[in-house]
Amino acid sequence: MILSLSKDNIEVVREQDVVLLRNRVKEVAVKIKMGLLNQTKLITAASELVRNMLRYGNGGTCLIEVVSRGRDNGVRLTFSDQGPGIADIGQAMRDGFSTGKSLGLGLPGSKRLVNEFDIKSKVGEGTTVMILKWANG
Amino acid sequence: MGNFLLVTIQVDLYDRLALNLEADLVQMVNKTGAKGVLIDISAVSIVDSFMGRIIGNIASMSKILDAETVVVGMQPAVAITLIELGLPLKGVQTALNVERGMDLLKTMIDESPIEDEQEYPEDDPFAQ
Ligand SMILES: Nc1ncnc2c1ncn2[C@@H]1O[C@H](COP(=O)(O)OP(=O)(O)OP(=O)(O)O)[C@@H](O)[C@H]1O
Ligand SMILES: [Mg+2]
Repeated sequence: MILSLSKDNIEVVREQDVVLLRNRVKEVAVKIKMGLLNQTKLITAASELVRNMLRYGNGGTCLIEVVSRGRDNGVRLTFSDQGPGIADIGQAMRDGFSTGKSLGLGLPGSKRLVNEFDIKSKVGEGTTVMILKWANG
Repeated sequence: MGNFLLVTIQVDLYDRLALNLEADLVQMVNKTGAKGVLIDISAVSIVDSFMGRIIGNIASMSKILDAETVVVGMQPAVAITLIELGLPLKGVQTALNVERGMDLLKTMIDESPIEDEQEYPEDDPFAQ
């Protein structure tokens, strides 16, 4: 079972919030003694998802949690927006698929960088993406 | 051989700053006629697809202006993460540090065949 040890909600509305959020995630990761490589992977994934939220979801919130399972500690991030949603998640998760004339790397790439990845979306209601990285994962 | 531009990125850039850097740098290459651009990212701890794209843009636009780009000092964790993310830094050469980057730029510019033809036509044994 995964327990949530701390929660922190961050609103993301402006481009400046990208670096702000990254710094907050970094603080939490350092606190649970996550190694530098895992920190870098986690923060890079977070950076991709927060950009998606700003670009496609009209901004949203990010819940930052320290979680534990047995002896393992980790950081869980939940990005939620009330944007247009994604009609075909399978397509959006494919390397190279983009409706924004971009590289289409953000979603599949961030999935590769973390231990757990979950995406839920409903057209007209919004999108929620959860990622989890264990300190020693 | 033309001069080089050395750019050191000191902090994790806000997007607007990164876009400004891209525009400024391309303008500088154009104005100075520099033949090489060295971008030192040793102080940058996160390169996501946005930042990666900026670096790629600088390289491809410099190329159009006849300048080569070398990125130096990428942190190992950043390099590994970029590979896993799947971001190809297309057309961007990398080197360990500024010194090696300079050496690399020099060889790249020396080996540029177009330049050789234009600058030393008298060396061409077939030219008459
Ligand atoms: N929060 C979101 N709300 C609505 N649509 C989204 C959201 N996040 C992603 N998408 C859709 O999924 C597609 C794929 O996203 P992904 O991040 O993989 O690529 P991208 O953002 O287009 O390009 P890159 O991230 O490489 O710059 C997007 O083009 C967009 O259509
Ligand atoms: Mg994206």
